[in-house]
Amino acid sequence: MAEPVFGPFIMIHSEWSTVMKTYYFDHCASSPMLPRVVETMTELMKLQYANASALHRSGVEAMKLADRARSSVAERMGALPQEVVFTSGGTESNNLAIKGAVNKAARTIKHVIVSEVEHASVYECARQLEAEGVQLTVLPVDESGRVDPNDVARAIKKETVLVSVMHVNNETGTIQPIREIGEIVAGHPHVKFHVDGVQAIGKVPIDWKRWGVHLYTGSAHKFGGPKGAGFLLVKDGVELKPLFGGGNQEQGLRSGTLNVPAIVSMSQALRLTMESQNERRQRMYAMKRRLQDIVAKIPEFVVNGIPTDAVDPETLAAPHVVNISYPGMRPEVMIHMLETQGILVSTQSACSSKTLQPSRVLLAMGHNAERASGSLRISFGDEHGMEDIEILGERLVQVVSSLKTLERNMK
Amino acid sequence: MKYDLVIVRFGEIVIKGRNRNRFETMLLTQIRMALKSMPALEFVRSYARVYIRLNGESYEQVAKRLKDIFGIMSFSPVIGAELDLEAIRESSLNLIRGLKTPPATFKVSVNRGWKQFPHNSVEMNHLVGSHVLRNTPDLKVNVRTPDVELKIDIQRDNAYIYCEVEKGAGGFPLGMNGKAMLLLSGGIDSPVAGWMAMRKGLKIEAVHFHSYPFTSEQAKEKVVTLAKRLAYYGGKIKLHLVPFTEIQTKLAQSGHDNLIITLMRRCMLRITERLAEQNGALAIVTGDSLGQVASQTLGSMNVIGRVSSLPMLRPLVMMDKQDIIEHAEKIDTYKTSILPYEDCCTLFVPKSPAINPNLNIVERAEAYMGSELDRLIDEAVQGTEVVVLKEDGITDSAEQSQKEDAWF
Repeated sequence: MAEPVFGPFIMIHSEWSTVMKTYYFDHCASSPMLPRVVETMTELMKLQYANASALHRSGVEAMKLADRARSSVAERMGALPQEVVFTSGGTESNNLAIKGAVNKAARTIKHVIVSEVEHASVYECARQLEAEGVQLTVLPVDESGRVDPNDVARAIKKETVLVSVMHVNNETGTIQPIREIGEIVAGHPHVKFHVDGVQAIGKVPIDWKRWGVHLYTGSAHKFGGPKGAGFLLVKDGVELKPLFGGGNQEQGLRSGTLNVPAIVSMSQALRLTMESQNERRQRMYAMKRRLQDIVAKIPEFVVNGIPTDAVDPETLAAPHVVNISYPGMRPEVMIHMLETQGILVSTQSACSSKTLQPSRVLLAMGHNAERASGSLRISFGDEHGMEDIEILGERLVQVVSSLKTLERNMK
Repeated sequence: MKYDLVIVRFGEIVIKGRNRNRFETMLLTQIRMALKSMPALEFVRSYARVYIRLNGESYEQVAKRLKDIFGIMSFSPVIGAELDLEAIRESSLNLIRGLKTPPATFKVSVNRGWKQFPHNSVEMNHLVGSHVLRNTPDLKVNVRTPDVELKIDIQRDNAYIYCEVEKGAGGFPLGMNGKAMLLLSGGIDSPVAGWMAMRKGLKIEAVHFHSYPFTSEQAKEKVVTLAKRLAYYGGKIKLHLVPFTEIQTKLAQSGHDNLIITLMRRCMLRITERLAEQNGALAIVTGDSLGQVASQTLGSMNVIGRVSSLPMLRPLVMMDKQDIIEHAEKIDTYKTSILPYEDCCTLFVPKSPAINPNLNIVERAEAYMGSELDRLIDEAVQGTEVVVLKEDGITDSAEQSQKEDAWF
């Protein structure tokens, strides 16, 4: 039998991946599942195959598990069980919140407000609605990526049905003034307030109800849960039009067979994440400060988002993400060079990175195309400690020094 | 407002003569059990009342639980003050200011239990009252019908000040009046009847008839959920799940369509009576409400009730449906009760059930089935499944729930 033939690239790839330790610094894109959650999910996939809507015993049992998961998610998120709607993830939750609220609103002219730095699943969703005739206001942000609540106040008009502003930005980690915006929205009973909290859960304190938020999005695979599971918190009394027609699961808001193993695993991951939130915040802020110190000594890099010397950086930015630019350098070159060193990072949002366009978020923050195109997003997780940051720092220095000589040719 | 102490006043058991002591001990044990999640609490028993020292635990948490314990007439949050006039005056003022609804009128009643305190109670009334008045605009004194009565109890160790009185659930300590079987259908009425029976000091064992496969697994789950809610009030509930399918199909084939409900209910009572005997219960509690449905007319109650010689307790018999619903909402069983799963009573319902069944015809129909019916009843009693439910889970399948716990 002939030996399997590998192409040269695959050879190299498999070679280094077995030799070199991989440092995965792309937790904003997706986090590894917690080992305990993998166990839970594996067991449940074997045991719980019944449809939770079925009438027989297995179905009832599956529904009981889903409901226990619902109560658990509710408890961790400060919601009532009936306020938790399980979905397939962040994108679906955001679409359900935005299209659901807009399509439910009984008026002929509808107006929606989003920010310029929203994740694609909010931003493009709003653009879709705009194409269908909904009025859209896209709010600007300042240089650190924050929305000015006064802009929200100015943008709201009598046709406004929804304001959607994310909690933590997925590229820069900037925390939006959700409470302040919530206070403004509360003065307009016809306006609903949606917050995409996908990057916030387990990283920053959340008190959505008290902040006047009506709809809050979460996604399991950003906090150690499985992909394909997420939730939308829908405050009691807020009505949405469902996206799908079907079996009317989830109180009619989200048709589709409940993915019980994923839902239960998500609730477990959420519990574990929330229980370790304080410890994580402390550890990660220290790591972030250290990384920012290292980067500050590399003159080619500039830090995007909340500046290192901000007065109270911990209330302004999440602990787990650092965004830097090498203005003028093509980011994929840096990403591939870091990859050969075992370091995995992203440029902008994973959902937009294949396009290799300048980052919409960084452009909105007033940066030029050079800076907006050359950004690296470094995001860490629970498996990282200070020693990993040191290694990352060393390799960043190496990469920059080897690219430096080529700078003219690369630009 | 941060409180130091709760005074819990007992209800009717105070007048129970020589048994009072035993009943009070019973109630104190139940209070301790209900509050065991707050280990810092200290309990001091006194005549017809209990003092709970909060030691930093939240009064709201304690109050929330106390409201649902039977046998408690009322309770009050208390703040302690040093034995010093100024301290007492300040604490009194703070207490009045901290009230959720500011009162328009008030009066002060001082009890000087510790006679060494330099001011007597009449002086104290004046000294404290005037201080509160001066510092609370719009507040007036009314000694006859005040909105708020500010009570100050001066004891050797401390002065105790309070003015709020929260109503308790009343009734008797659970179990004081023995045990009864509750027919728990899954509807709105029977959980309310069960709650009322428990409030009057009856320990309850619930009996549910299921007709699987005619009724669904969900219908059973619903009853389990209701029983668990009752267990919140009653500590632990034994639920008897009686297989009723065979009896029901037998009766459905008997040819007495309009009497089927009557015949069914008579079988249920016979079975319940047997279960009562096995479990030492001395009464049967039902959610019957006069005239509500065909089986709850006076005629039906007469014909149905005759099969059992145990006292039939019908706490809801004279209540209106709307009042029952409100009650169900208050004890938090309503939202479960209205889940749309058929129970065995809604199966095989004839188009025109007898509202005034004839006892002779009913007895003859049963005689016609003869020993067959007795056999089926025996089988149902033997096939009855018992689960013991606690507020937070099924205890008798600990293994399964442990396995489940690992997933969450």
